[in-house]
Amino acid sequence: MASFPLNAWYAAAYDVELGRSLLARTICNKPIVMYRKQNGEAVALADACWHRLLPLSQGSLHGDNVICGYHGLEFDDSGRCVYMPSQETINPSACVKSYPVVERHRFLWIWPGDPALADPDLVPDMHWNDDPAWAADGRVIHVKCDYRLVVDNLMDLTHETFVHGSSIGNRAVAEAPFEVTHTDRTATVTRLMEDITAPPFWASQIGRAEHMDRWQVINFQAPSTICIEVGVAPTGTGAMQGDRSKGVEGMVLNTMTPETESSCHYFWAIARSYDIHNQARTHQLREGVAGVFTEDELILEAQQRAIEANPDHVFYNLNIDAGSMWARKLIDRMIAEETAIKTAAE
Amino acid sequence: MRNATDWRTARVAHIDEPAADVRRVVFDVTGGVPPFDPGSHTNIRVTIGGQGAIRTYTCLPAGRDQIAIAVKLHPQSRGGSRFIWSLMPGQEVELTAPENRFELSWRAPEYLLLAGGIGITPIYGMAQALAARGQKVRMHYGAQSRAAMPFVEDLQALLGDRLTLHAADQGQFIDLDAVIAELPPSGEAYVCGPLGMLEAVKAAWARAGRPISRLRYEVFGDNGKFAELPFEVSVMNTGISVTVRPDQTLLGALQEAGVEMIYDCQRGECGLCAVGLVTREGEIDHRDVFFSEEEKREGHRMCSCVSRLVGGCAVIDIGYRP
Repeated sequence: MASFPLNAWYAAAYDVELGRSLLARTICNKPIVMYRKQNGEAVALADACWHRLLPLSQGSLHGDNVICGYHGLEFDDSGRCVYMPSQETINPSACVKSYPVVERHRFLWIWPGDPALADPDLVPDMHWNDDPAWAADGRVIHVKCDYRLVVDNLMDLTHETFVHGSSIGNRAVAEAPFEVTHTDRTATVTRLMEDITAPPFWASQIGRAEHMDRWQVINFQAPSTICIEVGVAPTGTGAMQGDRSKGVEGMVLNTMTPETESSCHYFWAIARSYDIHNQARTHQLREGVAGVFTEDELILEAQQRAIEANPDHVFYNLNIDAGSMWARKLIDRMIAEETAIKTAAE
Repeated sequence: MRNATDWRTARVAHIDEPAADVRRVVFDVTGGVPPFDPGSHTNIRVTIGGQGAIRTYTCLPAGRDQIAIAVKLHPQSRGGSRFIWSLMPGQEVELTAPENRFELSWRAPEYLLLAGGIGITPIYGMAQALAARGQKVRMHYGAQSRAAMPFVEDLQALLGDRLTLHAADQGQFIDLDAVIAELPPSGEAYVCGPLGMLEAVKAAWARAGRPISRLRYEVFGDNGKFAELPFEVSVMNTGISVTVRPDQTLLGALQEAGVEMIYDCQRGECGLCAVGLVTREGEIDHRDVFFSEEEKREGHRMCSCVSRLVGGCAVIDIGYRP
């Protein structure tokens, strides 16, 4: 069974990564070349010339078209060949695949599956990344692991206690109970920690550590987007009942794009709704989260290596894995659905 | 992208005649068929005059693990259609898994489908797929007569008044300039039909100032302006002369006579098999899409895989310099 559905929007690039040059990236095992047209619109084409398969990303941009760096075949933004050397006509078969692209929430989203199903309304909601009421920034990191290991990692934050003890983790996280709910396409893990000592990162954001209420609401959207509501507020100010106005509130935005079965592009951002015009804080938060995620990266890549070294082993699951098990079930359901559609289409 | 050829065994499951002189053959494919999109084709190993050959046919919509084709019996068949028409239920053939070089883009705001005669085969599946997914589509379907149009009832049920039929025997022809003008500027046209129709569409598309990349078509190079007649060629510097029979191509005849040739597409697209015409008696029936209109008028070269002389003879140059 495949490990990812193809009929889904996947983040392929951060908005700032894409410009008037050719960016090569493999998405769901498909080599893709991306660029912006003169009007700023993004284009995504298969990264192999129709003729001799040289990656088009080794060619050059000419207006809104890409020219192969080998024999000069030129393809327009729909992937149709518009120039062939030394002949007056163009072979009607000559084209490279073009992928549906949508730019939203500061990401370029690509639909690697059936283009007829690529409905822009299905782009995952990550609006905090460019909502004027929030300040946000982030990065993309290449992680040499199955994207589902990142999903597992984010769907259970118990690991903060053990992996991120110097910043966001302490015993309170590992000891607090949690609730898991789900719909047909989403799963949610809610962990409320009442009257705890805030870990160093959160203490620095609100200016105190003792008698705090802390929340973590992990929202999974299949197949691979996870937006986590996080924050702390002084105990007794209503945060546990839903009024977070006396605290500091953030969103950790994550969307993972499979590169291959065993590697992924991990796009993230940290957003906050407090002190939003403070650019230094935006910078510090992004750098801080980048440091935290480096700790995860070490774990995830070691875990992938161990999986490959133990090919016939399967995971044991604990109570804390309920969120990730729901996420994986919803991913598997998407894969089964598109397999069923393909079978019916035959 | 072009894939390596994947041959499979298939058995004739069902045969019917959806229109006059058109036979639909449905094959059950051993080992199943991977999913394919409209516009896909299959290659079938056929037998012509006791010799093996490969012919290409569009895959019609079909059931699971099936491939269906529709073939018109050509009066001057080179043998491919005659072979398909000879098939009986239960008979086995070898064919390839579907491949697509005529794909819908799924990015146009509106689609114009143009089918001429048996060129309906890829357009039929496209109409089904577009209608099923609620895309904006208009279709014009022309043929010699209403009786010569397969799949009309299905298409009418699918498209309603978005389908217009044009029967030449009732004086109905497609007004290409008008139907192209109705299409929004970023709309796309998909065309399959005889070469004359394709050339008329290309000319009308160019007159409308539309980008060639939004006009998509497929050719099989098996129909020209003239009926197939035998013709003679002498190959410069080789001492070889051949008669090209009506049921074979110039390329085939040359190879049969032991002339080494290079070629690839065998449908008049790539130009690799083109030969020079040193002297010639007889008109050229250009059936390729490789040469431009001007090059075709000049008549210095022709694609040996599809184009013919309308009788007569020629000395050809294949580039052999001993």
